[in-house]
Amino acid sequence: MTASTELVTKAPAVTAKRSWKLPITLAIFGVLSLILFGLLAPSGQTTRFGLSTSTDFVTFDPVALPSRATAIILSLASLLLAAYSFVRVRASQRVGRWVPALFGVIWVLTFLVWAVADKSTSLVSLLQGSLLLAVPLAFGALGGVLNERAGVVNIAIEGQLLTGAFGAAVVASMVGNAYVGLLAAPIAGLLIGVMLALFTVKYAVNQIIVGVVLNVFAVGLTSFLFSSVLKENAGTLNSPPRLAALPIPVLSEIPVIGPVLFRQSIIVYLLYVAVAVITVALFRTRWGLRVRAVGEYPQGADTVGINVNRTRWGNVLLGSMVAGLGGAFFTIGSVGAFGQEMTAGKGYIALAAMILGRWTPIGSLGAALLFGFADKLQQVLGVLETPIPNQFMLMLPYVVTIIAVAGLVGRVRGPAAAGEPYLKE
Amino acid sequence: MSDQQPVPVDEAPTPRTPHKGHEPDAGGSRTAQMLRDVTTGNFGVTVLAFVLALVIGGLLIIAVNKDVITAAGYIFAKPGDFFAAAWSTVSDAYAAMFRGAVFNYEATTAAKALKPITETMTVATPLIIAALGVAVGFRAGMFNIGAQGQVIMGAAIGGYVGFAWQLPPVLHLLLALLGGVLAGGVWAGIAGFLRARTGAHEVIVTIMLNYVALYLVAFLLTTSAFTRAGSNQPKSPGVKATAQLPLLLGDQFRLNAGFLVAILAAVFVWWLMTRSTWGFRFRAVGSNPHAARTAGMAVSSSFVLVMVVSGALTGLAGAVQILGTERALTGGIAGSIGFDAITVALLGRSKPLGIFLAGLLYAGLNVGGRTMEGATGTPINIVLVIQSLVVLFIAAPPLIRAIFRLPVPNPALVKGVSA
Repeated sequence: MTASTELVTKAPAVTAKRSWKLPITLAIFGVLSLILFGLLAPSGQTTRFGLSTSTDFVTFDPVALPSRATAIILSLASLLLAAYSFVRVRASQRVGRWVPALFGVIWVLTFLVWAVADKSTSLVSLLQGSLLLAVPLAFGALGGVLNERAGVVNIAIEGQLLTGAFGAAVVASMVGNAYVGLLAAPIAGLLIGVMLALFTVKYAVNQIIVGVVLNVFAVGLTSFLFSSVLKENAGTLNSPPRLAALPIPVLSEIPVIGPVLFRQSIIVYLLYVAVAVITVALFRTRWGLRVRAVGEYPQGADTVGINVNRTRWGNVLLGSMVAGLGGAFFTIGSVGAFGQEMTAGKGYIALAAMILGRWTPIGSLGAALLFGFADKLQQVLGVLETPIPNQFMLMLPYVVTIIAVAGLVGRVRGPAAAGEPYLKE
Repeated sequence: MSDQQPVPVDEAPTPRTPHKGHEPDAGGSRTAQMLRDVTTGNFGVTVLAFVLALVIGGLLIIAVNKDVITAAGYIFAKPGDFFAAAWSTVSDAYAAMFRGAVFNYEATTAAKALKPITETMTVATPLIIAALGVAVGFRAGMFNIGAQGQVIMGAAIGGYVGFAWQLPPVLHLLLALLGGVLAGGVWAGIAGFLRARTGAHEVIVTIMLNYVALYLVAFLLTTSAFTRAGSNQPKSPGVKATAQLPLLLGDQFRLNAGFLVAILAAVFVWWLMTRSTWGFRFRAVGSNPHAARTAGMAVSSSFVLVMVVSGALTGLAGAVQILGTERALTGGIAGSIGFDAITVALLGRSKPLGIFLAGLLYAGLNVGGRTMEGATGTPINIVLVIQSLVVLFIAAPPLIRAIFRLPVPNPALVKGVSA
């Protein structure tokens, strides 16, 4: 055991080419942070962060920090991380994944200290909102993971979210119960999943094309039904009850973490469960091993007796149900009523979250949280009137994704057979 | 699946010689093979796919119609009422669509009767040009899903040259069009460059660039360089007369010289893909990158070149839209041209003539859909359902054959599909 781990860790040190991408990227961003947020910022300003909500068991006073000094200290910390990665790469050693992650957290915090200078914002509501906005992205990304691990590219996440949102709103309105609506969302998502599987697995049509076209189909169908049926019968068909917040006893009373993680509606708790279950199922069960075999090397899987196309059918349907469930967030999870094209490209961000999360459930959740945070931050900063134009904040998730797939923060590789239909000879 | 096709005009000296049946695994060429499967096929399947999509659209229209639902309530007492209501609902809707898209036989003047077809041509113009760009990518094995972003950038830069610069008439127009070409080419070139250098998949990068372009132009429209003096509306000054594409049929119609640009672009793409060295290289790389590399072609640089050419055309579409039809830059300048272009390219099987006709058909559905919505109250969104179903059905000929119980034309062909 020890011998083999040693081999694994030693091998790259000898053969791998030293890559300076990461240290250089970190250094550039560290210097930028030091100059923009620290040295160039006016002195004498204070940044106030709220740490608790009024209903908390224990409440804290907001923390007041001197903006410029805090930003400089944080920037130096991030430069320290950059220096650490330089040293590691120079010694031909692996740089842990925690380095860019921690760097990102510090960088964002520095940015926040600078952007909120002379103003105040509540960290609790910022994080609470981020988690909430990350919910549909994370469910969509999980749906994508289930698809792509079995070798089917899922561009249709957007369509699955949209039909899920539609189904949840209509059924919840008809029955008058949000939880029944929550059950309807995956079934609505399944509609797109069946079409995706039919055309990509059975008829071997190019998966990207089917995905793109199914998104158009979903927009057309839901908008058509919305304008022709829901608008006139808004009272009976499009005024669903919303999912109520269910604070978990004791846990929700923990300062900061409690209100953020455990004072949410059931859809958020379902997300925790889904991430855990899918992670274990994919990486710790026989089923997961088979799915991954189908996604990486279908010929091999077939040879050992795994039915490739049946596995793909199963995973595409399952994935579409998970993504459809995430769609429920848009209606009964937040605003209530369904609106035309209300997912507004969130499905594509979910796709990006899946890639950024390296096709793993936990990674996808992390990336979804990052994008949710960027989204919430943009809303908060929009109100605070900070120096950054709103449009650039909106652009951020997309730019981050491009940088990520271009390999600047480490190589990203998906399942080898994703996108290729399996045609048995 | 290209076997079944009667040899088309531009098929002559290509490396795409049809194989009987597929090799067990052709590695990277599998994607290219699939692309060809979608972009080739016979005309009959196209027609049947269209009919089937119209039928499903009709069923949806019936299902939500109030009169029909009322009649369905007593269907067993008076079935005739139900079928009469259903028939009149669908035929009214589709007749209105025809009136709005092709020829208004209820109009009082000749101009009003002919207005619909010119409107269809106007709307088709940017669609055709952008779809040609997307098709260049498809035939070279690259998915340019970022046409929307390139159309936006082409419109922004082409429009900027059009409203901000002072130049003599013809030169001004040409430079404005060139601005759109360059902007689109650079925007798509980013994706091509990243694919060649880092292996980043162009589908993801182009989708992301769509949003970056959207917000970039939204930002530009808040700056003084792009807004009207003394106004804080997100709308640019009007394009100067020297840079406008002239109207073709007088003030009554919106049809402009952009339509001629679309025809020229179609001829250019035909020439590029079938008569030029670049086109040969594009198709070779698209058919089988490994073979192309073995033959000494620079595959990586082809990725960049393909995307630049593809983006140049979609950027041109944006410039034509602003210089010919819209005449001022707004955040919604591109509408859904870039997304529709993908469907049009698929519908036209990535061939210039096919795209030209598909663009007209697609625009006709959109324009006619508006009339349908106004005249019968059927929401225009049904058009999206019909359009997406047509493409899905065309892409899966075995499904169409199964539904219409058609014989399978070539046994060798089924091997690859239904096994």
